[in-house]
Amino acid sequence: MIPLLFGITIISFGMMHLAPGEPVVVGQEFNPKVSAQDIERLRAYYGLDKPLHEQYLNWLNRLVVLDFGKSFSADGRDVIDKISERIPVTLWINILAMLLIIVIAIPIGIISAVKRDSWLDKCMTIFVFIGFAIPSFWLGLLMMISLGVNMNLLPISGLHDYNWQQMGFWEQQADLMSHLLLPIFVSAIGGLAGMSRFMRSGMLEVISSDYITTARAMGVPEKSIRYRLALKNALLPIITLLGLSIPGLIGGSVIVEQLFSLPGMGLLFFEAVMSRDYPLVMGITVIGAVLTLLGNLIADISYAWADPRIRHGRNG
Amino acid sequence: MITFAKSSPLMFIGGVIVTCVTLLALLAPWIAPFDPSEINVKVILLPPSWEHWCGTDTLGRDVFSRMLYGARVSLAVGFVAVGISLLIGLVLGAVAGYSGGRVDAMMMRLTDMVLCFPTFFLILAVIAFLEPSIWNIMIVIGLTSWMGVTRLVRAEFLSLRNREFVMAAQGLGVSSIRMMWRYLLPNAMGPVLVSAVLGIAGAVLVESGLSFLGLGVQPPDASWGNILTEGKDNIQIAWWLSMFPGLAILITVLGYNLLGEGLRDYFDPKLKQ
Repeated sequence: MIPLLFGITIISFGMMHLAPGEPVVVGQEFNPKVSAQDIERLRAYYGLDKPLHEQYLNWLNRLVVLDFGKSFSADGRDVIDKISERIPVTLWINILAMLLIIVIAIPIGIISAVKRDSWLDKCMTIFVFIGFAIPSFWLGLLMMISLGVNMNLLPISGLHDYNWQQMGFWEQQADLMSHLLLPIFVSAIGGLAGMSRFMRSGMLEVISSDYITTARAMGVPEKSIRYRLALKNALLPIITLLGLSIPGLIGGSVIVEQLFSLPGMGLLFFEAVMSRDYPLVMGITVIGAVLTLLGNLIADISYAWADPRIRHGRNG
Repeated sequence: MITFAKSSPLMFIGGVIVTCVTLLALLAPWIAPFDPSEINVKVILLPPSWEHWCGTDTLGRDVFSRMLYGARVSLAVGFVAVGISLLIGLVLGAVAGYSGGRVDAMMMRLTDMVLCFPTFFLILAVIAFLEPSIWNIMIVIGLTSWMGVTRLVRAEFLSLRNREFVMAAQGLGVSSIRMMWRYLLPNAMGPVLVSAVLGIAGAVLVESGLSFLGLGVQPPDASWGNILTEGKDNIQIAWWLSMFPGLAILITVLGYNLLGEGLRDYFDPKLKQ
């Protein structure tokens, strides 16, 4: 864990500082009012005049106490504040997307495996391949125009309606949900396809394994073979896969949030990148990676907890 | 041909799609009915018709011709990016798997570390800082997608390392490099090819996503992603601008995915059951 975190900070830092172009210079090259001295002063102010390793150590030192520095943008606020007010939106969308993936993909995978080669299985396979290949932002655009603009069923941007302040508590929740519906679906589509495919092949593999054949030979009813014996074993790898899909979801939030103008971490990152706000970009990258690490850790722990072979320990 | 299509329909359909798209891209200058960057203010934002199959854009350029040229860009990005990631993945994976021990452990830590990053963040940041030219995009996508290949090659090499034919070759004094290149690599090629084909699909999707954010291939050069971006801005009045390039991406990615899945079944018939 710790060396991993350490490496993450090195990559985040290196990536920012090895790229050519400096934030204090960008946009000022042709500005006659900015003299060379001014640029020097700005560089000193932000600590950019020190050697790279010193900058890195300074940054790391402050990182340990969760001080990500101040944003380069005009408001000059603390990076940590800017990020923490944006995180909930991204987190909620991704958590709900993940729930949606679990709730839909697992039954699809099971049904496809159990009714293998039926027309249902074939339809689902087609859906899965299309889900894999469809560019998420294009799907988002199509849904925006059909459900949002033409049919006027769902709002297409932002988090709240303009009269949000006047609504009652439950109305507010309903309004929020209707704004999040499309973004959640668009974030989930890739994972939905991947997960149901994975579930199907996992289930098929388990069903054809020796102990299931034995159970069948011993006369265990087909229903309990499927749902009591096979399912449990097929579900285990799903936990790991969920952990692995986190970086993709977080990365994808840039596109989804940009498309639906949602004030989340992805949109913040995009804005930070476009204005070369180094501290903010580095802060978000580190936090994104840490979230992924946490997700993987949770996945590992739940795997160990769910698998009796690991839970009871092979050696003792 | 027919028996092949029946025995592995995935690979057949995928192969047909991939071949068609590649041919269209290669033959773009001869197929395209119009010059892709010819601006014609008299035909701005026309819907699809016999003359302009996919309509025209905000500058009166023919969308069908632009899409043909865009196919070149998208495919080139896919091929070169995957080439780079293969090169890195093969070398790192081969060294890690063949040497084992501490070297292997360290390289795998490195791979885990990069896997933790939301790669799209990395790509976005680097592209924005470097300037979004087609070369930068290829290189950056390649540099952030080698982890899968590395793991694959390493796993294959680890399991091949202790096989008898390897020991025999070692006994005969074959050098390490020749060993990896001549004896181990060919045996690991199947899964690598599969992941390369799937990787092309992934790279095409990433490029279109970057273009969508305005950080992909820059206008006036056409790419599927940047036609789509224009489509987004005019979505209320010109559906064809977002419909056709999106479909093109969908079909191409679908083709490569099907081909990849087909190849996987071919190399590992066990999975097909």
